[in-house]
Amino acid sequence: MYKYDEIDQQLVDERVAQYRDQVRRYIAKELSEDEFRPLRLQNGLYIQRHAPMLRIAVPYGMLSSRQLHKLADIATKYDRGYGHFSTRQNLQLNWPKLEDTPDILAELATVEMHAIQTSGNCIRNITTDQFVGVAPDEIIDPRAMAEVIRQWSTFHPEFALLPRKFKIAVSGTKQDRAVVQMHDIGMEFYRDTENKVAIKVWVGGGLGRTPILGTVIREHLEWQHALTYCEAVIRVYNLHGRRDNAYKARIKILVKALGIDEFSKQVEAEWLHLKDSPNTITEAELARVAQHFEAFDYATLPAHDSSFDAAIASSAAFNAWTKRSVHPHKISGYRAVTLSLKPHGKAPGDATSEQMHVVADLAAEYSFGELRVSHEQNLILADVKLSDLFAVWEKARAYGLATPNIGLLTDIICCPGGDFCSLANAKSIPIAQAIQMQFDNLDYLHDIGELELNISGCMNACGHHHVGHIGILGVDKDGSEWYQVSIGGKQGNDASLATVIGRAFSAEEMPGVVQKLIEVYLKERSDEERFIDTVRRIGIAPFKAHVYATTESKNEAAHV
Amino acid sequence: MSNLITQNEIVSDDWTLVTLPKVDQEVRKQAGKVVLFKLTGENTISAEQIANTQIPATGKILVPLSVYLARKSELATRIAKQEVGIWLATHEVLESLPNAEPDLNIFPLIAVYVERFADGRIFSIGNLLRTRYGFNHTLRAFGDVLRDQLFFLKRSGFDSYLIRADRSAQEALQSLKDFSQPYQGAVDDKQPVWRRLNRSQNNVA
Ligand code: HEM
Ligand code: SF4
Repeated sequence: MYKYDEIDQQLVDERVAQYRDQVRRYIAKELSEDEFRPLRLQNGLYIQRHAPMLRIAVPYGMLSSRQLHKLADIATKYDRGYGHFSTRQNLQLNWPKLEDTPDILAELATVEMHAIQTSGNCIRNITTDQFVGVAPDEIIDPRAMAEVIRQWSTFHPEFALLPRKFKIAVSGTKQDRAVVQMHDIGMEFYRDTENKVAIKVWVGGGLGRTPILGTVIREHLEWQHALTYCEAVIRVYNLHGRRDNAYKARIKILVKALGIDEFSKQVEAEWLHLKDSPNTITEAELARVAQHFEAFDYATLPAHDSSFDAAIASSAAFNAWTKRSVHPHKISGYRAVTLSLKPHGKAPGDATSEQMHVVADLAAEYSFGELRVSHEQNLILADVKLSDLFAVWEKARAYGLATPNIGLLTDIICCPGGDFCSLANAKSIPIAQAIQMQFDNLDYLHDIGELELNISGCMNACGHHHVGHIGILGVDKDGSEWYQVSIGGKQGNDASLATVIGRAFSAEEMPGVVQKLIEVYLKERSDEERFIDTVRRIGIAPFKAHVYATTESKNEAAHV
Repeated sequence: MSNLITQNEIVSDDWTLVTLPKVDQEVRKQAGKVVLFKLTGENTISAEQIANTQIPATGKILVPLSVYLARKSELATRIAKQEVGIWLATHEVLESLPNAEPDLNIFPLIAVYVERFADGRIFSIGNLLRTRYGFNHTLRAFGDVLRDQLFFLKRSGFDSYLIRADRSAQEALQSLKDFSQPYQGAVDDKQPVWRRLNRSQNNVA
C-alpha cells in the first residue's frame, strides 16, 4: 500500500501543528464556537451527545498491521477501548477528549495517518471496493488513482469551503461494489476500445434527505484528466451550489436544478480552460504511486488444497463460515476473507482494541501485513492462502470475529444513531441488536439467504437505508422514537431506491415486522430468488398486506 | 494599527472603501432560521442605491462593482490616475466585470468581500481573476477574513488580506506558512508537487 515520502510526512506533521494551535486558540477563547466549527470538522472532530467524536481517515479503506495496532492503542489510551468502523471505510472514536485530540493526531502521524477532511464541507475520503486489487472481476486496480486524487484533494485551496461535503468513489470492476452512483462524483475505470484506461464519470448521486442516484456526465475521460475534470465539476458547484439551505446544498440538488445537460455544458466550458493544465496527471507520477500497489509476491499454488478440503469435511461450522466469509481471489490458491464486525447483539461495526490487535496480527501472519475496511463495516484480509483459512478462522472465532453472517440479514449496516449522534431522531443500534437476536438461528439465517438490512437514525441516511433491501429509518413523532420501513433498495450496477411500506413502528414492533417481511419472502420466493429479487418481482403490496394485517389487529387489541 | 496584510507584511491602507447606502433589508427565513448566504447571481442592489452612492472626490477609492458598471463614465479620469479599485461580494456575478472591462489591469486593486468565513466562493473568484481574466495587480480579501483562510486565499491568487478588526493581523501572518509543500498546483504555484520536485527519487523501500 502507499507509503509516505518526506513530503507526505511533512504535510501531516504540519497539519498536527496547525490543528494544535487551533485547539489552543479555541480553549483560550480566541476562536468562537462558530469559528472553531469548520476548523475542527475539517479535522474529523464532531461535538456529539456525550463527547466529541473523532473520525480518522482510512484512505480507500486500506490499513497496515502497524496502523491497526496503533489505532487499537489509541482507542485504549484515549477512548474506552473500542472504535467504530464506518460506512465511509473510516474509523470513529466515540469518547475522546477535545484536549487530547492534538496528541491523538500526533500519534496517528507516526503511522502515516490523519483525520484530514473526514468531515466538514470539503472533499472527503475517497472510497472504493474492498476487494480492490484481488477481485477476479477487476478490470483496473484504481488504488493508485485514488491515492493521486487523495493527494490532490488534500488542502485543495479552491475547494476548502464548499457548499456541502463532497464525496468521491472510484471503482474498476464489472460488478460495482463501491456504489459509485451514490457519490457526488463516481468514477468507473474501464478499458476503452483502444485498450487505454478511461473513466466513466457519474455526478450528483447521494443519499440523505433527497436520495438521488448519480447521472453519467461523461462516458469517456482519459485518466490523465481525472483531476482537471474534477476541478471543472467542483468549480461549477463551488460557485453555484446553494449555500442558503444546508439540505439543498449538495451537488445533486444543483445538477437537478440545472438539468444534467446544462450542468454538463457549464462543466465542459470550464474544463476547456483547465484541460492540460499542470494538474494533468503524468505517466511518471501515476507510475510512482502505482509501484506501491504492485501485486504481492504470491506463491504458486494449486487451485485446491487437501488440508482445506479436509477441514471443510470435518467441521460444519468452518464450512458455514467459508460459504459466507471467504471470497474468490484472482490468484490461484488464495482467498479474500471477511472478518465480521456484526456478532449478534453487538453494535455493528464496533471493534474492541483487543480485536483490532488480533486482526492486525492475523494480517501480519497471513495476509502480507495489510487489511481493508469495507463500507459494510467489516474488516477484510485480502490475500490469505487456502491452506491458512482454517487457522485464520480458529483465531477469528476465538475473538468473536467469525460470525458466519456476511451478506446475510444480520450483517446490518447501521449508523451510530441516537446513542451517539445529536442529529438523530431515534436510536439505531438497539434496533440492529434486537433484529440480530430475533434471527440468531444460523440455519434459518442461511436459509433466508442474501439480504442487506440498513438502518439510519435520521434522514441524513448515514446508514444507507435507501439502498437496503430492507431499510429502516428513525423518525420522530411527537417527541418519541418511531421507525419507518422500506423495501426494494439495492446498491450495485442495478441500484434502486427503496419504497416505504406504510406507517412507522415502535422499537418493540421492529423485530416482528422484519420477521413478517421474511415470512412473505419465504412463502413467495422461487428457486434461487433472493429477497430483493422477490420484492422486485411481486412488488411491495403482499409485504405490506402481511405486515399491517397482523400488526393492526394487535394494535387494536392493545387499545381496547 | 492597520490590520491589512499585503505581500506578507502589515501595511497601512490608503484606499477608501466606497459602500452602497444601507436599505432596510427584509430578513429571509427558512424553517425559522435566518438565511445567512446570498445565492450566486442574486440581485440584492437597487438602482436607487447605486445612484445614491457617495463617491469621495479625491484619493484612492474602492468602488462597488455595481456602481462601477452603472457609473463608469464618471470615473474615467480617475481610472487613468490609478485611483480606482473595484470590490465585489462573493454572490455577485464576476463575469460582468471582464465583460465591461476586458483589461482588468487598469485597476491597481480588486477586492472580494466575504461575508462569512464558510463562503468558499471567494477561492474560485480569486482563481478566475488571476487565471482566466489575467488580473495581475493587488487582489485583496476583506470581510470575515481570519487567519485560517489565509493559506487557501494565498494559493487562490490573493496577495492582500484585511483581517477582521477584532483579530490580530500580526498573528495571522504566521498562517501564511502553514504548509511548506502543498500537493496540488494552484494559482500561486501552478505546478503540483510531483512536477515541482523530483518525487520519484523517494523510491519504495
Ligand atoms: C455520529 C455523528 C455523525 C453525524 C453528526 C453525521 C452527520 C451527517 C449528516 C448531517 C449527513 C447528511 C448530509 C447531507 O445529506 O447533506 C450525513 C450523511 C452521511 N453520513 Fe454521517 N454523521 C455521523 C456519523 C456517521 C457515521 C458513523 C457514518 C458511517 C457509518 C456516516 C456516514 C454517512 C454517510 C454514508 C452519509 C450519506 C452520504 C450521502 O448522502 O451521500 N456518518 N451524516
Ligand atoms: S443518520 Fe442521522 S442519526 Fe444516524 S449518524 Fe447520521 S446524522 Fe446521526
